[in-house]
Amino acid sequence: MFEAFDAILLARIQFAFTVSFHIIFPAFSIGLASYLAVLEALWLWKKDVVYLELFNFWKTIFAVAFGMGVVSGIVMSYQFGTNWSVFSDKAGPVIGPLMGYEVLTAFFLEAGFLGVMLFGLNRVGPKLHFLATAMVAFGTLISATWILAVNSWMQTPAGFSMNEAGQFVPDDWWAVIFNPSFPYRLVHMVLAAYLTTAFVVGGCGAFHLLRKTAPRRAYTMFSMAMWMAAIVAPIQIFAGDQHGLNTLEHQPAKVMAMEGHYESHPDGAPLILFGIPNAAEKRVDYAIEIPKLSSLILKHDLNAPLAGLDTIPEELHPPVGIVFWSFRVMLVIGFSMLGIGVWSLWCRYRGTLGTNAWLHRTVVLMGPAGFLAVLAGWVTTEVGRQPYTVYGHLLTAESISPIGAPAVGASLIAFIIVYFFVFGAGTFYILRLMARLPRDAMPELDEGPIRTAGVMPGPAQPHGAHHGH
Amino acid sequence: MDIDLPLIWAALIAFAVLAYVVLDGFDLGVGILFPLFPEKHDRDVMMNSVAPVWDGNETWLVLGGGGLMAVFPLAYATVLPALYAPIIAMLLGLIFRGVAFEYRWRTRRGEFLWNWAFAGGSMLAAFSQGLALGALVQGIPIANRTYVGGWWDWLTPFSIVTGLAIVVGYALLGATWLVMKTRGPLAEHARSIALRCSFATIAAMGIVSLWTPFLEPVYLERWFGWPTAIFSVIVPLLVLGCLYLLLKGIRDRHDTQPFIASLGLFLLGYIGIGISFYPYIIPPSLTIWDAAAPDDSLAFLLVGALVLVPIILAYTGYAYWVFRGKVDPEEGYH
Repeated sequence: MFEAFDAILLARIQFAFTVSFHIIFPAFSIGLASYLAVLEALWLWKKDVVYLELFNFWKTIFAVAFGMGVVSGIVMSYQFGTNWSVFSDKAGPVIGPLMGYEVLTAFFLEAGFLGVMLFGLNRVGPKLHFLATAMVAFGTLISATWILAVNSWMQTPAGFSMNEAGQFVPDDWWAVIFNPSFPYRLVHMVLAAYLTTAFVVGGCGAFHLLRKTAPRRAYTMFSMAMWMAAIVAPIQIFAGDQHGLNTLEHQPAKVMAMEGHYESHPDGAPLILFGIPNAAEKRVDYAIEIPKLSSLILKHDLNAPLAGLDTIPEELHPPVGIVFWSFRVMLVIGFSMLGIGVWSLWCRYRGTLGTNAWLHRTVVLMGPAGFLAVLAGWVTTEVGRQPYTVYGHLLTAESISPIGAPAVGASLIAFIIVYFFVFGAGTFYILRLMARLPRDAMPELDEGPIRTAGVMPGPAQPHGAHHGH
Repeated sequence: MDIDLPLIWAALIAFAVLAYVVLDGFDLGVGILFPLFPEKHDRDVMMNSVAPVWDGNETWLVLGGGGLMAVFPLAYATVLPALYAPIIAMLLGLIFRGVAFEYRWRTRRGEFLWNWAFAGGSMLAAFSQGLALGALVQGIPIANRTYVGGWWDWLTPFSIVTGLAIVVGYALLGATWLVMKTRGPLAEHARSIALRCSFATIAAMGIVSLWTPFLEPVYLERWFGWPTAIFSVIVPLLVLGCLYLLLKGIRDRHDTQPFIASLGLFLLGYIGIGISFYPYIIPPSLTIWDAAAPDDSLAFLLVGALVLVPIILAYTGYAYWVFRGKVDPEEGYH
C-alpha cells in the first residue's frame, strides 16, 4: 500500500515526526531542571517552605516529562542507523564522537542523579540532594551543548576532509565543535528552553491565581516566571537576530526562504511581513511589504543589495513555503513573549501582578506557546537546510538507508499510533498534575511572613486540605 | 600509530553492551515477571525496586548505539538497516515500559493499562533484542558498504530461539534481583520463579550453544579446532559452576548469591558469543578493523572514555549504594 509513496519522503516524515515529538521534552526539561535547582537553592538559602513545596510539585511533573524525553531520545539515537545509514556511515566519524561525548558527559550524569533527586531526599539529606538536582540540571545543559554542536556542524560543517571511502573525517576537533553557527544556535536554543519553561510555569501559576486556591504558591511561581519572561525574551530576540545574521553569512539560501526573497534586490530589499509564497510562479502573492527594511535588518544599510533565490540553482532551493511560515510563527510568538514580559513589569510596578486577571488569562493562553515557537524555529532551520543533510556536502536524497517504502511506511504508522497514545497520555497526566496544586499551608505553619510583595492574602483555608502524593 | 585503537574500542563497546544486557536485563526481567504477581502491592514494590536505576541502566544502550556510530560507523550503518523490524519493535517496547514507570502512579482508572505497557513493553524489548542477537549470529551479508540481504532474514527458527532465550534469561535476572531486594511472600514467590527460570535459562543456553557452530564454518572451526577448542571445555565447565552456585543459593535461601550467579551465567554466555565472533564485528562480513572509523575519531573519543567511564561507574555505584538493601514497601515518593 506504500508503493505509491517515495521511501525518502516517508523516512523524512518519520524523522521529522519523531524528532518533533522528542524536542518538546528536552525543551521543557532543560528549563525545568534549572528551575528545580533554583527552587531547591532558594529553599536551602531562605528556609521558606514555599520553595520546597514548589520543588516537590514541579519535581513530579519533571519526572513524567523526563521519562518521555528519555524514551523518545533512544529512538533518535538508533534512527540515524536504521533510516539514514549512508549519512551515518559518512558523517559518523565526525558527529559520532560528539554524540558519544554527549552520552558520557551528560546522559549518565542525568540518569545517575535523577534517581537520587526523585527518590533520595530522605536518604541523603538536603545538601547532597541539592547536589543531585544541580547535577541533573547541569547534565541537561551539557547534553544541549553536544547535540547542538552536532546539529550546527550539519548546518555549517567545518574542520573536516573526505577520505577515499567517501567519509567525512575530522581534521580539527576544535573547528568541528566550534563550527561557525554553533555558539549562536546553542545560546538561542538554551534561551528558548528557559522561555518555554517560564511560560509553562507562568501559565500554571496564572491558572491557580485565577482559581485563588493556593495564592502564595501560585504567586511565587508566577512572579518568578514573569521575571524570566521580562529578562530573557529581549535577550532571546537579540540572540535570534545575531543567529539570523550568522545564517545569512553561511546559509544564504535559508535566509532567502525565510524572507520570501525569490528575486534579488540590487538596491535595498523589502521586508515581507506577510504574504503567500507561490512556488510555481516564484513570487510571494498578496505580500505586505516594508520597503528596504530587510536590507536594513540584515545589512544595516537601507540600500544594500540582497541576493535572492534566483541566484541559486532551483534544485538547491529549500522548500520556501514551510520556512517562510514557520519563521513567522516563531517571530510572532517571540514578540508576544516580549510583550507579556513588558506588561508584567508594568503590573509589577503598579503592584497588580498578583491581581490582574487579564494578564493571568493571557499567560494561561500563552502557556504552550514556547513549544510552538521551538518547533517552528527547528522547522525553519532544518527545512531551511534542505536539500542537504550536511550543508553543501551531502544531499538528503543520498543519505538514506536502503529500506523499502513498505517497511518505512509500517514503522512510521507504528510511531504515529504509539506516540499519540503514549505522549498524549503523558501530556494529559502532566496537565492534571499541574491543575492539582496543593492548597497553601496554614499561615501558622509558615516559617516566616509572606515576603513577596503585592500578593493578596488568600481566603481562609479549610483544615485537612487534601495533599496529593 | 602503534596502539590498536579499533581493538580497544571493540573491547569498550563490548563492555557497554554487556553492562546494558545485565543491568537493563534485570529491570526488563522485573517487567517480564509482572503478570506472575497479580497483587497491586507486590507490583508497587517490584517497580520501586528498579525505579531509581532503570534510566541509568538504559543509558548503556544509548552508549552502545551512539558509540557504535562514532567508532564503527560502517557496522552501525549496516546492522541497523539489516535488523530494521526488530530494532523498531525494541524501541517501541522500550517506550511503553519506560513511560509506565511514571504513568502507572498517575492514574487509578488507567493503572491496568500501564501494568500491561510495563509487562508487554519489557517482553517485546527483550524478545526483539534476542531476535536481533540471533540474526547477528547467523550473519549479515554486506557489499559496497551496504546491507544486501533480504528484509525478513532476521526471522528464522534460530533467531526465535535466541529471542525466547533472552526473555527467559532476563526473567531469571529479574527474579533473582527480586530475591535480593524484597522480603516476605513476594521474595518467596520470586525464589520459586528463579528456580524454574534457572533450568529454562540453562536449557536455552545449551540449545543455542549447540546450534551456533553449525550456522557458520567459522564458528565450527573456532569451537572444534585446535587451540581454540580449549574454550569448548572451559566455558561449559564455568557455566556448570555458576549453575551450581545459583541453585545452591536458591536452595539455601541466600539473598545475593542467586543474582550474582545469574550475572555470571550472562557473562559466560556473552564471552562465548565473543569467542565465536572475534575478529568479526558483523560476521561474516566485517571485521573490527573493516568497520572502524579513522584513528583520529577513535583517539578523540577514547581520551574521554578513559577518563569518564570510571567516573560514571563511580557515581552509578553511588546511586546503587544510596538505594541499597531491601526495598521498604512504605517508601518511595509515589
